[in-house]
Amino acid sequence: MILHFQNARLIDPEAGTDEPGSLTVKGGLILSRDGSAPKGATVIDCNGKCLAPGIVDIGVKIGEPGERHRESFRSAGLAAAAGGVTTVIARPDTHPAIDTPETLEFVTRRAAESPVRIRHMAALTKGRDGREMVEIGFLRDAGAVAFTDVFKVSMEAKALTRAMSYARSLGALVVGHPQDPGLSAGASATSGKFASLRGIPAVSPMAERMGLERDLALVEMTGVAYHADQITTAKSLPALARAKAAGLDVTAGTSIHHLTLNEFDVGDYRTFFKFTPPLRSEVDRLAIVAAVADGSIDIISSMHTPADEESKRLPFEEAAPGAVALETFLPAAMRLYHAGHITLPALFRAMALNPATRLGLPQGRLSVGAPADLVLFDPDAPFLMDRFKLRSKSKNTPFDGARMEGKVLATFVGGTQVFRAEE
Amino acid sequence: MAFRARHLLGIEQLGPLEITTVLDLADRYVEMNRRTVKQSDVLAGMTQINLFFEASTRTQSSFELAGKRLGADVMNMSVANSSVKKGETLIDTAMTLNAMHPDLLVVRHGSSGAVNLLAQKVDCAVLNAGDGRHEHPTQALLDALTIRRAKGRLQRLTIAICGDIAHSRVARSNLILLGKMENRLRLIAPPTLMPSGVEDFGCELFDDMREGLKGADVVMMLRLQKERMDGGFIPSEREYYHRYGLDAEKLAYAAPDAIVMHPGPMNRGVEIDGELADDINRSVIQDQVEMGVAVRMACMDLLARNLRAERGRKIVGMMA
Repeated sequence: MILHFQNARLIDPEAGTDEPGSLTVKGGLILSRDGSAPKGATVIDCNGKCLAPGIVDIGVKIGEPGERHRESFRSAGLAAAAGGVTTVIARPDTHPAIDTPETLEFVTRRAAESPVRIRHMAALTKGRDGREMVEIGFLRDAGAVAFTDVFKVSMEAKALTRAMSYARSLGALVVGHPQDPGLSAGASATSGKFASLRGIPAVSPMAERMGLERDLALVEMTGVAYHADQITTAKSLPALARAKAAGLDVTAGTSIHHLTLNEFDVGDYRTFFKFTPPLRSEVDRLAIVAAVADGSIDIISSMHTPADEESKRLPFEEAAPGAVALETFLPAAMRLYHAGHITLPALFRAMALNPATRLGLPQGRLSVGAPADLVLFDPDAPFLMDRFKLRSKSKNTPFDGARMEGKVLATFVGGTQVFRAEE
Repeated sequence: MAFRARHLLGIEQLGPLEITTVLDLADRYVEMNRRTVKQSDVLAGMTQINLFFEASTRTQSSFELAGKRLGADVMNMSVANSSVKKGETLIDTAMTLNAMHPDLLVVRHGSSGAVNLLAQKVDCAVLNAGDGRHEHPTQALLDALTIRRAKGRLQRLTIAICGDIAHSRVARSNLILLGKMENRLRLIAPPTLMPSGVEDFGCELFDDMREGLKGADVVMMLRLQKERMDGGFIPSEREYYHRYGLDAEKLAYAAPDAIVMHPGPMNRGVEIDGELADDINRSVIQDQVEMGVAVRMACMDLLARNLRAERGRKIVGMMA
């Protein structure tokens, strides 16, 4: 099967280019660029729309095992395909946590239901409780791409140091959640005028920097490869820059929600706007957008977190944090593009190339020989977001009713079409 | 009429004219409450439910008395004997009560915003009797009435609010109300009890009480809650009293005719000197309690009028 995409606007994050061209795919791989259609090829006319490497999304919560009513591999996979996400990196904060090769094997088998690629992260410590390291070697052999306790931050520096040293010896990547757990305990907003007006228990943005500085010190000590899942405040950026300049093997991510929303969006206690960490000030948001644009923050994630209505229809402090985001990821990212903050190649560098590179995956590129994981999208197509049309089992999106621009037209995984928009 | 609100969820939703309307009507109820026969029938036939998820004696009895004096049927529900303990959610409790067709629902809850959430789900008028650290609108209104009656005006006064501002819904509602009425506001608290971002609220901040009290017309003390003392917000009760407790010596820095207020219940010897609290020449603390009943009567009267008008419109709509 040969596919020939012609008349496309190719977004190449590796070359940093955004220009017209064509692309030929054979056997699930990119065969050539800017050639003519080979004999017998199926020709796809892109009508000048954007063709980019499919999104690689680190940190997607799927409800299996334990909460399949919130999201299954099948529903998450369908949502991902519709959102242009071709590789989902699933989180281990399930019930039970993915902390043994056996549970990893279970989710790997279940993930076969998904139309897009799914890779798994495993917990760093047993039960994610920060005390005893998991079988990092076995889990790595069984396919874990990284190790993380997700939002649980270990206070046991010694246990964490051991886990990190051990991970380093195996070349395993550790994903941390930079947040001082003591300072942020009980908080569901960022301290400041808004939280004070609304009377919501709040945490200083400094808690993130404290958590990051602690983690970076341990990275310096152990030499482990480390990725900070979400950097969301300006105060953390100098620490990150220092660590990178010192040559530590450190990368940082942020979430699409922290790039496109701020603390005031919570408004009248809207629980769909409750996140971990909480939404920040507009000053912080702009600083993080700039950091993504200049590359000091490497990766954007959706941090897709399905939550059912029952866990959201509660007073703000008691409501579950997080939002579904696989399908809204690309249109939300287009807000940054349309606002002139960031170019499309730079966006896909953060959404596809960098995450793939960090995890040692061949995806995220448009170069010859790369897997043909592609998203065809129209960056300008407007639509009104309706949460009940989402493919996720859970409908908790902060963008309900929002005017958005950017529609996914088709998604391909390994040269096979997994999604096509209705006309 | 200047009062249009469907619910009373916070001072934030009210304009200066609406605040004045409440206070003017409350003045009339103060007079009524001082008569031997304190009965009106403005809420006759209506059902008022007091739903308290947090224990309260003063506010609940004040609301109960206010409803009864206006002729409503009043029912008290406190969390101790409700199904919340059995795991029922706030929304379900609201829906259950709503099915009983109450007309006025008075709610107190420990989480900020919980009363707003509940108000979205019921057909009756909802009065916020305190939600978390967010708002306590009737307290701010009764404080405003007390000040207006003692000072003869509610504008251009220098008002010092002192104590645990960070955790206080009373402080928040008062800040908003007194700000809307164009007064000069000062907040006095140790930094651990000062909320973040208040410098943007347009008030002056002090951690030295004497400095903050200088020339104040009104001194509003806040209750220091026991759990704050245990939570490491202050070193000890006695040090707190030494630095932030109101006594005659510190009050001397305020204007000579300054009044002293406290929302109660008081911790004598922690935030306020016992003798000062009882000094009828300075303390208006007992007046606040009296104004509380009148203000709550006024609020419920106004909300009931709007509720009747709304229901009337619905019936007309159905017949048309």
